[in-house]
Amino acid sequence: MMHHLPILQVIVPLLAAPLIALLRGREIAWLATFIVTGVTFVISLLLYYQVSESGARLVYDLGGWAAPLGIVYVIDAASALVLPIVTGIGFVVTLAARHLVTAEIDQRDHALFFTAWLLTIAGMLGQVTTGDAFNIFVFLEISSLSAYALVAMGAGRDRRALPAAFNYLILGTVGATFYVIGLGLLYMLTGTLNLDDLAVRLADIEQTRAAYMAMAFIALGLFLKMALFPLHFWLVPAYSFAPSAVAALMAATATKVSVYVLVRLMFGVFGIGFVGISEGLGTVLLTLGIIGAFVGTLAAIIETDLKKLFAQSSIAQLGYMAIGIGIMTPAGLAAAFIHLFNHALMKGALFLAIGVIGAQTGRATMRTIEGAGRQIPMTMTAILFGGLALIGVPLTAGFISKLYLIRALLESDFWVLAGLTFVSSALALAYVWKIVEAAWLKPRPEGAPDLYETPMMWLPAWLLVIATIGFGIFASPLINGAVQAAAVFFGGQS
Amino acid sequence: MTSLLAQWNYFLVIILMMLGFYAVIARGNMVKKMIGLNIFQTSVFMLYISMGKVSNGTAPILTGDSSTVYSNPLPHVLILTAIVVGVATTAVGYALIIRIQESFNTIEDDEIIELMDDDEAASEGRAS
Repeated sequence: MMHHLPILQVIVPLLAAPLIALLRGREIAWLATFIVTGVTFVISLLLYYQVSESGARLVYDLGGWAAPLGIVYVIDAASALVLPIVTGIGFVVTLAARHLVTAEIDQRDHALFFTAWLLTIAGMLGQVTTGDAFNIFVFLEISSLSAYALVAMGAGRDRRALPAAFNYLILGTVGATFYVIGLGLLYMLTGTLNLDDLAVRLADIEQTRAAYMAMAFIALGLFLKMALFPLHFWLVPAYSFAPSAVAALMAATATKVSVYVLVRLMFGVFGIGFVGISEGLGTVLLTLGIIGAFVGTLAAIIETDLKKLFAQSSIAQLGYMAIGIGIMTPAGLAAAFIHLFNHALMKGALFLAIGVIGAQTGRATMRTIEGAGRQIPMTMTAILFGGLALIGVPLTAGFISKLYLIRALLESDFWVLAGLTFVSSALALAYVWKIVEAAWLKPRPEGAPDLYETPMMWLPAWLLVIATIGFGIFASPLINGAVQAAAVFFGGQS
Repeated sequence: MTSLLAQWNYFLVIILMMLGFYAVIARGNMVKKMIGLNIFQTSVFMLYISMGKVSNGTAPILTGDSSTVYSNPLPHVLILTAIVVGVATTAVGYALIIRIQESFNTIEDDEIIELMDDDEAASEGRAS
């Protein structure tokens, strides 16, 4: 049983999804989804435990066919770190989905909603587990296609979800197709699709223009998928018009998985010794990352819709992850992994808390939260803590992220970038303060609808807030995990 | 020159790819965007399928004769999967277009952007 965990991680939600489509009851569809996400969470924790205990990587041969002929699933320190984020967020957001989906989705569509929900989670888990490059594409499309459908389900409340989903589909498909083009070139060069085998064979062949083109196509496709500036235009409408639960799930996990795939392909396959990586990719990521950090933060400051505000801030946070990767050192990559983990917790908490307001007022804007601090204190406090973590205030997980990122920048003598990273983080204070001002310092306007909250509504957001603070104070397990994860890709050098 | 001509399949792929990509970017009509996307994807399918061809190779069906040269079947199998993905994408895309037509009465990008701006102004008005 324990031996089969890598495949169970993916197959449980994948098989449960069509079964849930058959369940017509509203409550039972949610309950089944909740149980399935709970099981996947337990599996991912067991996998993490196994990998961190033994220090070895788990390799699972599908159908008993060993690599490179067969397709293998590989769990190493890096994938074992990302899996619990996806499943854990999936579990908590599903808990919140009970009231969010009841409020926002037509009752007839609940079973189908949760089918697409589990498919998108299964797709993300597949991308992280698999050791086959073409498998990554298939899982990428499984998770993306169901994500398009989920975003479009926001149309029941706001018809603008439909064009948002369509543009997301166009850009998402272009991104995935770019990835396939790059993969095709790689296959022509090496004759294999297994990630480890690719790495071995690429090291032997001459670094030709075809290899550079393969790298560029794959990187570009994944930049689109992870919404790296300036390829982020699909993200803000998609997140802001999607149903609240979907926005929370995707903001916390979808782009993170693409970041992981980028790291896996760039460092795990091409390797740091590949000239295109060491001299091309690093500069590109550092430049786009820091511009994205400023553009996202500044756009968030002038935004009045809370979902859009935090979607813009996601652009900035993804910029920090890109910077971490772009430093091209083990410390930088570890910082990127730490931030990937922490940002998933913060953004999950923020979008869940916004969902509590959005489910009641339709949209959460600066105006609808005026004076809300006294009416829904738990929800607004969750937003406050999430915002503080985004800035990087000490005792929150965001502080650890920024600390390690800036430290890694300084180690590699990127003084200016370290300063700019600090400044752009501090700028986040402006939009968090704007929320504090609206929620606590302004009175509730006359005639504004009363907001309410029940423990079931704020509990999921608070679970993630507590995790954010927990990992801010007791950061060492996460830091160790991230350092080990980074070491996977720098085995030779570090 | 001969080597360039020998690689005519790549030229075909690149021409198709650029045609499709141009349609995706430049066309405002959503159905045309989807058609462009399909052409773009098809060019990638052809890139894969043409790379599987081995000179003088025959269809990869075992004949029992060890001297037979086979084409590489793996790219074909990959593209079968990619075609399925492409069909699913197309289906979701057209389903969205139908819903957009129903709610906006248009499938032109620029008109929808105007209507979305009106929605934005209307919801701002409600909130204030």
